[in-house]
Amino acid sequence: MDTSIWRPIIYLICFMAFAGLNAAYLGWCERKGAGRIQRRTGPMEVGFHGLLQPLADGLKLMSKQLLVPEGVDHILFRIAPILAMIPALTSMVVIPFSDNIQGRALELSVLLLFALASIGMIAILIGGWASGNKYAVISAARAVSQNLAYEIPMLITVITIVMITGSMNLQDIAMDQQGGFWHWNIFRFDKSIFMPVSFIIFFICSVAETNRAPFDMAEAESELIAGFMTEYSSMGFGLFMMGEYLNIVVGACLTTILFLGGWSCPFGLFPGVWWFLIKIYILIFTFIWIRWTYPRTQVYKLLNLSWKILIPFSLVNLLVTAAFIKVF
Amino acid sequence: MTVPIQCRPDEVFVLNLGPQHPATHGVLRVKLTMDGEYIVKAEPVLGYIHRMHEKMAEAGSFAQFMPNTARMDYLHALAYNHGYVLAVERAAGIEVPERAEYIRVITVELNRLSSHLLWWAAFLLDLGGFTPLLYAFDDRERILDLLERITGSRLTYCYFRFGGVYNDIDDEFIAGTRDFIKRLRSRLPRMYHDLVTHNIILIKRLKDIGFITPEQCRRYGATGPVARGSGINYDVRKNEPYSVYPEFDFDVPVYTECDSMARYMVRMDEIEQSLRIIEQALDKLPDGPVKAKKVPKILKPPAGDYYAAVEAARGAFGCRLVCDGGKSAYRLKLRSPTFCNLSLFGEVAEGMLLADALAFMGSLDLVIPEIDR
Repeated sequence: MDTSIWRPIIYLICFMAFAGLNAAYLGWCERKGAGRIQRRTGPMEVGFHGLLQPLADGLKLMSKQLLVPEGVDHILFRIAPILAMIPALTSMVVIPFSDNIQGRALELSVLLLFALASIGMIAILIGGWASGNKYAVISAARAVSQNLAYEIPMLITVITIVMITGSMNLQDIAMDQQGGFWHWNIFRFDKSIFMPVSFIIFFICSVAETNRAPFDMAEAESELIAGFMTEYSSMGFGLFMMGEYLNIVVGACLTTILFLGGWSCPFGLFPGVWWFLIKIYILIFTFIWIRWTYPRTQVYKLLNLSWKILIPFSLVNLLVTAAFIKVF
Repeated sequence: MTVPIQCRPDEVFVLNLGPQHPATHGVLRVKLTMDGEYIVKAEPVLGYIHRMHEKMAEAGSFAQFMPNTARMDYLHALAYNHGYVLAVERAAGIEVPERAEYIRVITVELNRLSSHLLWWAAFLLDLGGFTPLLYAFDDRERILDLLERITGSRLTYCYFRFGGVYNDIDDEFIAGTRDFIKRLRSRLPRMYHDLVTHNIILIKRLKDIGFITPEQCRRYGATGPVARGSGINYDVRKNEPYSVYPEFDFDVPVYTECDSMARYMVRMDEIEQSLRIIEQALDKLPDGPVKAKKVPKILKPPAGDYYAAVEAARGAFGCRLVCDGGKSAYRLKLRSPTFCNLSLFGEVAEGMLLADALAFMGSLDLVIPEIDR
């Protein structure tokens, strides 16, 4: 690796720009996607097909007053939105976009990513708690129980992958799956016959982790109005929204690297960063598609799904994989 | 799901649901005593948009009260028009021409469809599904266009007159209605049932939630889809026939599961039955005048006590009219179905989770202006 100081700096700027653009333009994509599904056009007024809409939204949010209601915990109330944004941004650093595009190749990058993902949940918790609003507190409690329930199957699935690869480095995990799609972890039937199930479990968990519909228990605008975001205005709200979109990007990147072969081409041709981007945007579109198709689930049904179905299945898969690795 | 709750008095808190909560569809306020996410006690607080409709009937002439009826249940306004004109016609002894009766049935049923479609949309919105709202509004828009052509308004109709209707329907309306029936029939199985009714999340959220026993229905006087979802076969159109309803062949959907899903299915089936009624009415539509001759400008019905009831989208709407021979009502008592249906809420919601209670509230199909009158 280049030891010059410029390389990390340039990388950081690029990743920040990528993250910022995604946070802003996924909002636009979501609205266009929703419009498409609902047989309307979505934003059309600001710029060509509403392309400048995120800019206008950002300007509007920034020009609004950051209202801090009476009776809130002032420090925590201000920290929460920042805490929602920073871990998602930081996660970008360790994600390998291709064999030579990666901010920092950490040996334990998988571990770091999951540690950062948990901080996002803490942001929701303290945001809801500090608001001092009953709806926000209910939402915070929901967010915690939901995240606890979904991190377990997610981590068990990741352990399966780590066992197959023998490394916790995302770069190594992706390198291990180079070649055609039959090398991808999702189709690694030689390691475990349940790998596609594992992929589905991981995907469901990443939807739940990012608090997206149909698992948007914490937000639930028709039950809890907007949950933890009820009392936030201006960029406080904006940061929560951007944090949510960034978490989607991180979730899609992680799914791509762990299961879909990272930057490898399905047919072994021209591997590169474009394949990585195609895969993550297909996954992100699936997130949007699910959100605008399904109604919301119920809290205890969600927990039942996790504890009674996802965790047993992921444990079975872990054991089967261990047996396969031992036997073959 | 009823879970016995053991709450400690120091751990409950009061949550004000409304009057500006998105799930209450208006200015309903429910005072919820909560233990965590479980509801210990639910107390609907009414009166935020009380407008003294009944008093207004005593102040003005009979014709002057007509527009008020549409302001109660603004989603099924024509049924309220119908209930009021029926009561006044009974009092004044006015005969309605047959064509007018048919037109009344067609428009009321179209309006019922639009009301059910809007309920469906709003209910799914309560459950967190946004897309069905726009699909339903697409269809509802066509009904509103049709009704606007002949009634002149889109929501708060004042279309019926004592002894007939204001305007005759034309060929374009008939053709448009037939087109609409065909369109909704083709969309119902695919866009409504495949996408939503058979969705596992929806089924899991509605099945065995919000259990209303037939006994509770009788005690609170619940009518309409709420009662029919609890196995009570009561529909004013069948049980106390009025207008030309006896001439049509239609079924009254009754489900005995008593849960939110049963109420959902009742309304979905009613959409199909309304389509059937409209189709038959269009086929049988007779020629003739649409207004009775010699209806005096100022009505002075003989003194007496009169009652008329119609089946509105939310249940039985009753109109009790007491006349003293003057040109305005001595007393007009309006029996609105949603008031009774909402009264159930407090008793049934006890022990429910907040999210389930809101889904249950959506399945009651509340229209707040009608509760407060």
